[in-house]
Amino acid sequence: MESSDSTERTEITTLDRIGPKCRCHVVGVRASGALRKRVLAMGMVPGVEVETLQSAPLGDPTEYRVKGYCLSLRRAEARLIEVVQGDEP
Amino acid sequence: MTKQIRIALAGNPNVGKTTLFNAITGARQHVGNWPGVTVEKKTGRVSHNGYEIEVVDLPGTYSLTAYSADEVVARDFILEEKPDVVVQVVDATNMERNLYLTTQLSELRSPVVIALNMADMAEARGDAIDRDRLSAFLEMPVVRTVGTRKDGISSLLDAVIEEAETSPHHEHTIGYGDDAERMIASLVGVLETDQSLAARYPLRWLAVKLLEGDEDVLARIQEGPAAGRVQNILSSIDTDGYEATMADKRYEAIAAILPQVRTVNTRSMNSSDIIDRVVTDRYLGIPIFLALMWGAFELTFTVASPFVTAIDTAIAWLAEAVAGSIEPAWLASLLGDGIIGGVGAVLVFIPNIFILFLILSILEDTGYLARAAFVMDRPMHALGLPGKSFIPMLIGFGCNVPAIMATRTIEGEKDRLLTILINPFISCSARLPVYVLFAGAFFGQQAAGGVVFFLYVLGIVVAIASAKLFRSTILPGESSPFIMEMPPYRIPTALTSLIHMWDKGSMYIRKAGTIILFGAVVVWVLASFPYGVEYGSAESLAGSLGHLIEPLVAPLGFDWKVSVALIFGFLAKEIVVGSLGVLYGTGEESLSSALLADPNLSAATALALMVFVLIYTPCLATLGVIKKETGSWKWTGFSVAYGLIAAWILAFIVGHLAGIFSGGM
Ligand SMILES: Nc1nc2c(ncn2[C@@H]2O[C@H](COP(=O)(O)OP(=O)(O)OP(=O)(O)O)[C@@H](O)[C@H]2O)c(=O)[nH]1
Repeated sequence: MESSDSTERTEITTLDRIGPKCRCHVVGVRASGALRKRVLAMGMVPGVEVETLQSAPLGDPTEYRVKGYCLSLRRAEARLIEVVQGDEP
Repeated sequence: MTKQIRIALAGNPNVGKTTLFNAITGARQHVGNWPGVTVEKKTGRVSHNGYEIEVVDLPGTYSLTAYSADEVVARDFILEEKPDVVVQVVDATNMERNLYLTTQLSELRSPVVIALNMADMAEARGDAIDRDRLSAFLEMPVVRTVGTRKDGISSLLDAVIEEAETSPHHEHTIGYGDDAERMIASLVGVLETDQSLAARYPLRWLAVKLLEGDEDVLARIQEGPAAGRVQNILSSIDTDGYEATMADKRYEAIAAILPQVRTVNTRSMNSSDIIDRVVTDRYLGIPIFLALMWGAFELTFTVASPFVTAIDTAIAWLAEAVAGSIEPAWLASLLGDGIIGGVGAVLVFIPNIFILFLILSILEDTGYLARAAFVMDRPMHALGLPGKSFIPMLIGFGCNVPAIMATRTIEGEKDRLLTILINPFISCSARLPVYVLFAGAFFGQQAAGGVVFFLYVLGIVVAIASAKLFRSTILPGESSPFIMEMPPYRIPTALTSLIHMWDKGSMYIRKAGTIILFGAVVVWVLASFPYGVEYGSAESLAGSLGHLIEPLVAPLGFDWKVSVALIFGFLAKEIVVGSLGVLYGTGEESLSSALLADPNLSAATALALMVFVLIYTPCLATLGVIKKETGSWKWTGFSVAYGLIAAWILAFIVGHLAGIFSGGM
């Protein structure tokens, strides 16, 4: 579907597994329905670079920087966003 | 001759729309509701260069899908009402995401003018934006505005008028790539066969939405002749895939423009990030939150308390003055006991409500409230509630009325309803006089504090248990997803915070006021009829009603006097004390010894009564806002019924347990 032309060594994982202060690139969004619409509208589209900022005191949710602003997602939502780690997609 | 034009203000949340709306329309505005939903509708007017301009404030939205009631309202207004011009307020410091909405507005084929707001912030940050080039790319006028300083309003209105007068409009469309474009073309081809559809909507927009799998648009074409063939096309494709591709293409188009019109001053870390580190810190985050909330709470109730006392005194004086000077006596009583007393019960909350909303507005305008929801989301989520419901719960300890109004920030309809329904169980300050009276009389100085504490905890437990119960029965499902923008920290301006305070506070007076007035008159009638009885005495309708419901509450150990007091407590819970004073004929001072001397009352009954007062029906003012905020008599009625039943059961259990421990009731 929205596959990126990623090199062989980069593995697809999900956003909730990306550690703090790390960058990654979105390759797909597995959410459906209204949630999907919202995630996409907020800029989590295939190809975009996402930086993990920090988590709330109890570990969830987590704040991310995307498209030049800050967005927070619960782990449950972050799990639906497929990413590859690193600066280049 | 003045010409009329109508414009709509659109934009993402938190971009300064309210500020700009106020700067444009000044005091000439009107607040109402959009038909059928509880989303607020603000309209205002302004005259400019011989034009009379009506301004409609649309709800703040990130896009124009059918994600939420807000989005549907905004989209329907543009589609169905066809305003002459749509002004999109764009946050100049956050253009990428803001322009996403622009791409959707231009697809709707309405003339758009961009108000590039917060220009001062962008400039202070060192960003340079070439508005002329941006305007050329977007094919729509771009005007620099600073809402807080009323900068650029006049040029904005000039641009609006010019845009309204220029027809036909350029159509700036985004190309979605060969594959998607082929699908769009074939969908448009099919849709063209439906004449009425073609007359009402831009067909390309319809096709794009259908390709995205938009249920709302699908429903719109369902009746028409094109429905079957559209279904055929859609059933063979993956709309989720197209949706992502098209969102991607829109952002791609924006990404292509931005570097050509804007030079950003890049720094590694700004002050917003640093503040964020601290307030969401692993160890400091929750203590900071609790300290801020405690401070807000203290301020609200201490600062307000002299005003509350003053209003109370003034109302009592007025009621007395009316009672003494008006003939006939029944009219004096209706005005004094009924209307002034009832309205007074509304007015005494005003200082609390306004101060609380001022503090909340300041917290919101600084950007902290979003962090509060972020910090508290996890613990609240464990209870089946969103993080944003923590603040309303906390405010509930002061007064449930502003607490329920504070649920407006909760996005999911179910989450919001849930938070509203459990709020009355949080023990508000009006219940305290009842606890003080009974705990003081029956449990003595030492134990009284513990009893009051028990009641507060019980309230919280009932709220949480009810949340769990509602989640698994009447409001099933997970709490809605948490996808929240964390706005940058800003220094709030006094004016904006005051406007926000006024918006919320005045709504309480207007909406809750009418239902409360009505309730007050009903209670007055109950207390004063049949004609000639002493107000609220055994012979009055209320007295008879007390006797009538006595068998219902007899298992709890309550007699008719308590029943009457509970009926009056419906008006405001602290009235329970005053009306017992009337019924025992003692006034409030010696009431406590009169209660102790009553053979019908024991410590166990007193405890049961306090539990009952804690949980039974929300007071009239609270019901007024429940009705206002849920927009439904059904939920308002449910709140009363559930409260009564839960109160009965718990008072029964607590009373009997206490009776067993203390040796009989
Ligand atoms: N520096 C600066 N601040 C602004 C400007 N316009 C608005 N603000 C501030 O931005 C904050 C949000 O403004 P609002 O007018 O409440 O924004 P809104 O879009 O109505 O927000 P919602 O009501 O949440 O949708 C307030 O603290 C304003 O004082 C501006 O042009 N420059």
